[in-house]
Amino acid sequence: MSESMTLGESLRRRGISRRSFLKYCATMTSLMALSPAMGPVVAATLERIRRPSVIWLSFQECTGCTESLTRSHNPSLEGLIFDFLSLDYHHTLQAASGEAAEQAREEAMRENAGKYLVVVDGSVPLANKGYSTIAGKSNLDILQETLTGAAAVVAVGTCAAFGGLPKAKPNPTGAVAIADIVKDKPIINIPGCPPVPVVITGTLAHYLVFGRLPEMDQYRRPKAFFGTSIHDRCYRRPFYDKGLFAESFDDEGARKGWCLYQLGCKGPMTYNACAVLKWNDGTSWPVESGHGCLGCSEPEFWDAGGFYRELSVPIGQSTRTTAYAAVAGLVVGGAVGFMARTHRDTAKRAHEPVSVDQLEQKL
Amino acid sequence: MKDPMAFLLWVKGPAFDLALAVFIIGILLRILEILLPGRAPNYAEPRGGEWGPGFRTIVSRSMADSGTFQRAAFNVIVGYIWHLGFLISLLLFVPHIAVFASLSGMSWPGLPNPVIDGVTVITLGALLGMLVHRLRHPVMRFLSTFEDYLTWGVVFAVVFSGYLAYHRIINPYPLALGLHLLMVEVMLILFPFTKLMHAITFLFSRWYTGAIAGRKGVES
Repeated sequence: MSESMTLGESLRRRGISRRSFLKYCATMTSLMALSPAMGPVVAATLERIRRPSVIWLSFQECTGCTESLTRSHNPSLEGLIFDFLSLDYHHTLQAASGEAAEQAREEAMRENAGKYLVVVDGSVPLANKGYSTIAGKSNLDILQETLTGAAAVVAVGTCAAFGGLPKAKPNPTGAVAIADIVKDKPIINIPGCPPVPVVITGTLAHYLVFGRLPEMDQYRRPKAFFGTSIHDRCYRRPFYDKGLFAESFDDEGARKGWCLYQLGCKGPMTYNACAVLKWNDGTSWPVESGHGCLGCSEPEFWDAGGFYRELSVPIGQSTRTTAYAAVAGLVVGGAVGFMARTHRDTAKRAHEPVSVDQLEQKL
Repeated sequence: MKDPMAFLLWVKGPAFDLALAVFIIGILLRILEILLPGRAPNYAEPRGGEWGPGFRTIVSRSMADSGTFQRAAFNVIVGYIWHLGFLISLLLFVPHIAVFASLSGMSWPGLPNPVIDGVTVITLGALLGMLVHRLRHPVMRFLSTFEDYLTWGVVFAVVFSGYLAYHRIINPYPLALGLHLLMVEVMLILFPFTKLMHAITFLFSRWYTGAIAGRKGVES
């Protein structure tokens, strides 16, 4: 694909009609909570843009995020826009390898200094640099080196955004999120295990149209996609409100599509767009297929108390605490009770009967 | 703590364990402190049994006598409303039952959420009514101590934070749920060492009152 080709030209060459393109732009405008009047602006800008340089770094990850985007459904407009990006470096997708790959990354950095986007999936190990290396370089070194001329950083997937599975207890590699390292560049998190494909391309599209990152929440997630909870958009919500719950995966309630709260659904605490955008070309999403939300777009979701325990249930050592506290309570209570008894008996022994005459003599 | 999820995991984990430990140790301490010193031997000839009248009194004293009702109808009615409302929302809300099940292994059916929601609103109204009454009534205001306001505050905070969490009025939700659980933990810690302990000690005091009357052959 020519570097000078615009996105509009690229899509037309791939057989995407203008109607489909405008429909996509209108959807994007709506999803990003922009004014409807911005629709034509988004379309015109996206159509004119030329291939932006993107360096995609993969660290401690499972490639699920890349798979989510590239294999979601075929062919998709999001996928074609993704193809349009000049992915100058991506371990999984690039043809080059070894020194040639590293050379491509360095070349892209040099030629697009100050303009290229760095997309990262995976967490960075800090306990020992040798835990994860690429071409003999540690993840931390590659990240810091690549960041020097970057315009912005996009942390894709929960591992990059919050540390994810590698950071789960006991975090043997000392994994950290990208935002724990990147302090001097604009950074946006697109968490999810994996993230919804259109959320990735939507965020990139926003950056391409406006030249800046979209409005973010306290976890640096784009508010347009992470502004409402799964629970608030869940089609099973009326069953929650009515108090109708599935209690096992094959009971009457499950068959009737009742709320999955009692099966551990973390929808009430999870902010993501799954319930609206769904997966596999809008076919379904986890709750629709009968499984509760795991809360994968939230920090610490692996350590949040188990996927199949209700959200309200404590996650500590309640049974052990109860047992130890009961023993301690019996010991302490016994001691205090014994002291009270002793005090009473001592008072009783010290008691001297006094007659009325003796009292009157004292008065 | 700036991170709502870290806050929620803290209150659901270490903070809950700490509150639970203080609650259990405190309750056992208070009960043993009451029971272990024992009672002075009574050498008088008993005119009746103790156990039956004792248990009967636990139930019979739940109904206010007509004199008390006439003198303090507001206290009796509104007091009943908020106590029952609190117990219903505590014991019959499905997420609460899940907590009890995780702690005790016992579970029971809950009420639909809108019913609990309605009961919660009534409970909050009744609690506010009790506070206004306490502040406006000269004798009650005179008798009230810091502990009275503290226990009212913590009970109201527990119910109100639960209401806010259920309606998702505070955002993000982990912060709302975390605040509710934190209020519950404050209540668990205060429970054994304040008049909240009456939720357990009323059984002993009523039984003892009934038992004394029974032994003397007096109707309890």
